[in-house]
Amino acid sequence: MNEKVEITLTINGRNYPIRVEPRRTLVDAIRDDCGQTGTHIGCEHGVCGSCTILVDDEPMRSCLMFAVQAEGKKLRTVEGLADGEKLHPLQRAFIENHGLQCGFCTPGFLMLATGVLEHEPDISDEDLLDVLSSNLCRCTGYQNIIKAVRAAAAEMRSR
Amino acid sequence: MIVEGRVKTPGFDAARAAAKKFVTLDIRSHRQNALPMEPRGAHAAFDAVTGRVTLTLSTQMPHLMRTAIADLIGMPESELRVIAPDVGGGFGQKMSLAPEFVLLTFLARKLRTSIAWSEDRRENLMACFHSRDQYVTIEGAFDGNGKLLALSTDVLANVGAYSCFPTTCAVEPLMAMAEMPGPYDVRDYACVARGVVTNTCPMAPYRGVSRPVVTFSLERLMDKAAAAFALDPVEMRRRNLIRNFPYTSATGLIFDEASYIETMDVAVKALNVPAFRARQSRERNNGRFLGLGLATFSERTGYGTPAFAARGMEITPGWETVELAMDPSGFVEARIGASPHGQGLRTTLAQIIADELGTVPDRVKVIHGDTDRTPYGFGTFASRSLVIAGGASLIAARKLRAKLVKIAGHLLEASADDIALKDGVATVAGTDRALPIATVARAAYHQVHRFGGDIGPGLAESGTYDPPGTFSNACHAAIVEVDIETGAVAIEKFVVAEDAGRLINPMIVDGQIHGGVAQGIANALLEEIVYDETGNILTTSLADYLPPTAREIPPIEIHHLETLTEASITKAKGLGEGGTIGAPAAVVNAINDALSPFGVSIDEFPATPQRIRAALKAAERSA
Repeated sequence: MNEKVEITLTINGRNYPIRVEPRRTLVDAIRDDCGQTGTHIGCEHGVCGSCTILVDDEPMRSCLMFAVQAEGKKLRTVEGLADGEKLHPLQRAFIENHGLQCGFCTPGFLMLATGVLEHEPDISDEDLLDVLSSNLCRCTGYQNIIKAVRAAAAEMRSR
Repeated sequence: MIVEGRVKTPGFDAARAAAKKFVTLDIRSHRQNALPMEPRGAHAAFDAVTGRVTLTLSTQMPHLMRTAIADLIGMPESELRVIAPDVGGGFGQKMSLAPEFVLLTFLARKLRTSIAWSEDRRENLMACFHSRDQYVTIEGAFDGNGKLLALSTDVLANVGAYSCFPTTCAVEPLMAMAEMPGPYDVRDYACVARGVVTNTCPMAPYRGVSRPVVTFSLERLMDKAAAAFALDPVEMRRRNLIRNFPYTSATGLIFDEASYIETMDVAVKALNVPAFRARQSRERNNGRFLGLGLATFSERTGYGTPAFAARGMEITPGWETVELAMDPSGFVEARIGASPHGQGLRTTLAQIIADELGTVPDRVKVIHGDTDRTPYGFGTFASRSLVIAGGASLIAARKLRAKLVKIAGHLLEASADDIALKDGVATVAGTDRALPIATVARAAYHQVHRFGGDIGPGLAESGTYDPPGTFSNACHAAIVEVDIETGAVAIEKFVVAEDAGRLINPMIVDGQIHGGVAQGIANALLEEIVYDETGNILTTSLADYLPPTAREIPPIEIHHLETLTEASITKAKGLGEGGTIGAPAAVVNAINDALSPFGVSIDEFPATPQRIRAALKAAERSA
């Protein structure tokens, strides 16, 4: 398991050829081998959701996958959310609604919400609350995260 | 035993002897972890050219870390640069010095290299600092009308295996001793507070520091006393809350103007108590158990150096300095010793400075968390930064403003007193003669000859503030439903009526309250560090130690009152910890109210389903 293997990760449309041990977690590879440090590590137990990314457009805990399992899959991280200078509606809604304080959990919440709203733009408030309870935040008491995601959902629907 | 404090007012014995009724409780607050989402980490880099080490680490106190590490290694402080970048939450846990920070710095110098360490969640739960582990016995001695005459407490804190720097392990027991009378008017008070060393993880500050336990103890006492006197819990508190200000407490603390009664009235009104009582009684007949709980409390914030000196502390972190400079382009840089990590302090300080200088917050950049670029300061903790760094910002901005209007007066051929600064423009009041502030700034650097030698070049001022300390206050009120079959608790409504003086940025204030209340609810219901009988820790993952999710935290309704105090030059009081201080008591009082038909008393937190079921079973057996 110590022997490194060559794989290519595709993150936000860019290919990263890297050499990793088969036991290396996806989040470690994204951060340390590909240099994309926007994805954060909060627990490595798959509980907190700070490391949530989109794997083939589905929200996933990147601490619970091995990097080798992600080869050939389309990975999306927080770095790919904005369109150049133009922030994603969720990013703008988090700023406008004070949806973050320390910001550590924010990339995970943004990717979780992006994945869900792309699949279910008409998700009910109740179901959205269930989805958002997948991830942990220690600063906001969730009040303004919920507000921000609901605001972004409304904006995304109106387009 | 490693810490012992004792206090007893001279009149205590006589006051107690005159009492008509005594109410006693044994309180237990279980061990908890502040749990910032980012565990600790650090990176030490040796620079072979300068011989300096740059230590980047997750801390709330970069300057104090530099001093402590340099002391321990025996190196000049000037050879160590400490950077606290965007820190992923702290809540007190990142105040304390970690041995790893010292070791990394030592190794970087010794090996002339770069070296990093990061803690994982398991390590954070096992070996980063814990808090709240206290046993409290509290006795209230009342007159015949429910007025508290004498209060006595015995506080025992399990401070763990070692002390901590800079607060020391005395922080919990001695804070309990100093603050126990809380917002209640009681002239006589006795307390024994002890800290004992055990084979558990050390305790250090966590949001609220001891006051969640103090408030829990007092508020359980008030509810028990209300039952003993057959009074409404609101009336019980009304008879005992401080009403006249300034008020000097039995422990010598001076309470500035506050609104204890008024916030309680607002919270009670928001819950519509009569309608709730009717519904509560109806639902009981349907086998549903609802309860209402209150917590009124004071939150001491913005302590100056005398407050720390009075506690006998060697380090008295009561002041902050802000260095303010307007550059020749009219942009402002504020370098601060405080070290925010999610509190929005850069925003609020920019507002204070921009308001004073007549510019917009976007033109004010606040620099923090780098010992090379900021004046010495203590950092961000103890609900202090807006009061102290905000006060220092205002002092520095007033000085800078005075110089700006003097120069503008020269340039506009008017008296400095007649210059108004607004929206980036200096105007002679009542005229259309005006200059952009940026033009005034340019002249301050490039055209000093125009001021006739009585004004020196440049626009840089410094302000330091060491306040007397102030008390913000709040009333938290909760309605809960307890499932008596499972012991599960659902919070239906949570109301905060708070008074932290002037609100500089209401959105940030509400954000602090939301987060604080969520941690308080977690403390009340969910979170507990558990050891087995031989001292092995059992809660080493987030599947065992249970922070709340969006599902467990109800919508939080906030009402603001603004009592403007002379104890803070911005009139703002601190409030970062208040949410966590009040919520455990409000929630557990509500649980007890819901369970009142069963004659149980839950006097500990977290009030887990197991504890609630055990209490109900014990009550059944004894019935």
